[in-house]
Amino acid sequence: MSDPYTDIQLIDKKGKRLDGRKVDELRPITIEAGVLDRADGSCFLEWGDNKVIVGVYGPREVHPRHMQNPLRGIVRARYNMTPFSVSERKRPGPDRRSTEISKLISEALENVVLTDRFPRTTVDVFIEVLEASAGTRCAGLTAASVALADAGIPMKDLVPSVASGKIGDKVVLDLGKEEDNFGEADVPFAMVPRTGEVVLLQMDGHLTQEEFSEILEMNRKASMEIYEIQKAALVKRYSSFTEEGETSEESEEPPKKAKEAKEAKEVKEVKEVKEVKEVKETLETKEVKEALETKEAKAPEEPAPHKDQKADIQAHEVDAGEVKKPDGKPAPEEIKSGDTGTEEGGGK
Amino acid sequence: MPVNIVSYIKKDYIRSMAEKGIRLDGRGMDEMRELTVEKDYLGSAEGSARIKLGKTDVVVGVKIDPGTPFSDRPNLGVLISTAELTAISSPLHESGPPRPPAIELARVTDRSIRESQTIDLAPLCIEEGEKVWMIFIDIHPLDYHGNLFDACQYGAMAALSTAKVPWSKLDEKRKDEPLGTHTAPVSLTAVKIGSKVMIDPSLDEDEVADARITVSTDENGDIRAMQKGLNGSFTIDEVKYVVKLSEELGSKVRPKLMD
Repeated sequence: MSDPYTDIQLIDKKGKRLDGRKVDELRPITIEAGVLDRADGSCFLEWGDNKVIVGVYGPREVHPRHMQNPLRGIVRARYNMTPFSVSERKRPGPDRRSTEISKLISEALENVVLTDRFPRTTVDVFIEVLEASAGTRCAGLTAASVALADAGIPMKDLVPSVASGKIGDKVVLDLGKEEDNFGEADVPFAMVPRTGEVVLLQMDGHLTQEEFSEILEMNRKASMEIYEIQKAALVKRYSSFTEEGETSEESEEPPKKAKEAKEAKEVKEVKEVKEVKEVKETLETKEVKEALETKEAKAPEEPAPHKDQKADIQAHEVDAGEVKKPDGKPAPEEIKSGDTGTEEGGGK
Repeated sequence: MPVNIVSYIKKDYIRSMAEKGIRLDGRGMDEMRELTVEKDYLGSAEGSARIKLGKTDVVVGVKIDPGTPFSDRPNLGVLISTAELTAISSPLHESGPPRPPAIELARVTDRSIRESQTIDLAPLCIEEGEKVWMIFIDIHPLDYHGNLFDACQYGAMAALSTAKVPWSKLDEKRKDEPLGTHTAPVSLTAVKIGSKVMIDPSLDEDEVADARITVSTDENGDIRAMQKGLNGSFTIDEVKYVVKLSEELGSKVRPKLMD
């Protein structure tokens, strides 16, 4: 196939790149934490045209057993490109490239995860590249560390990662697709912001030492930018948990969906209440009747309080003025708030 | 290999509630979870969709590349679909070569798309015996919350409905053409728990189900594919009931996937 890009100028004289970015400009990055339900932690990241989703499981038992380390846990990342993530379909399953990337990402993550806290176990990190457009390993690692944090894995820091390189004699930040394919050099990089440790570094192409240090500095700066986006994603996910139990679950979702979800939940709750009622009634009609028959023929008001709590509570809400019940029973308001609190708040 | 453990208490609870006609999530026996479809989800694929059936989450990409035809069908395009039980979608799924449950899922999904002649393969011939369009439907579950059979099939149909044949890759003058679908089979999966049949099983229901049946019906209500799984059984009447439901609900789901 003839390459439409070979003759293209990747950067113009004013330092403007193919996609209109400046030399030291990142592509737009959005990160959302907690997007999957079954995974212990998860993250969805869009970085330019890249789409990456990460699920974290663990700490859990290691299979195969011989990989267990009696002194510390292990971190196993699996970087996988979906067949439809690239322009020509990629055969599914691991190849040499993704195996290498998996290894590098695992090692970078193992550096920040406090593995001595959970010996003999593994934390499995599944990185699925849904759409690829250069810099997927960095996108994967960036997302993976957020997903680990979302899973509540103890870590010393997040790991922002970015790849810079050289195109047409110019050093540029965050290579795009064409720049990656036809540029002169590529330097994927990841750093632990709190300590400054470099945990991922690769380079291919041709660079002078000056250019290389320039790239490193560029990467370092950009890492701090990405770090802020990572933190913001986690804050967004968890800040709402300080509110009362109920609202928190909802507000994680985007506003449009949150509304729908809330409505759906309300409907569901009504249903659940009905359900419970039904079951209770079926059970109780039997039991209560038996009880009533055997004991004295009491008036139906006696079993009422626990028979139909909701109705009871509602009744009390209507005449909210008289909180103290004449018969000296515990204030129903208290019971109610406590009840619903646990019922609705125990989401996760 | 991790084994799925369901406690007896949970099993009994689901069963006894089912006998009373109650499902744990409050749905009716013939009620589906909410289906949301996001089409043209990916730029890198010729067709794509991300669908959510309740919390079950699946992304599907359709790739259309030139390739060589099968020697016994030199003038027909090739349609291949794959579905995996991806490790990201559940703590019980592992990466590596697919095991029987994954293969069953892949084949059942494939059957209701390929064998039902959803796609007309004749116009996909570029040069007889030499070059044809190969259509790959790759189904990628992200979150498994029961009933992957339907979620995968819906995702595949939605992705196919957006797919374009990239003729411009071969001939710059020619425009990309929509792939188009011949028919639009839509599947419906039901499980049997105890003596009760319920559709669109949730995760809990999937785990304790005795038997499972997937029926695909087309616009005319004709049956296009079917599969019964697990070691339980259905009566003839139950099968007919599921077929009827498949037609009924299929007609509601179809516009969401195809329009």
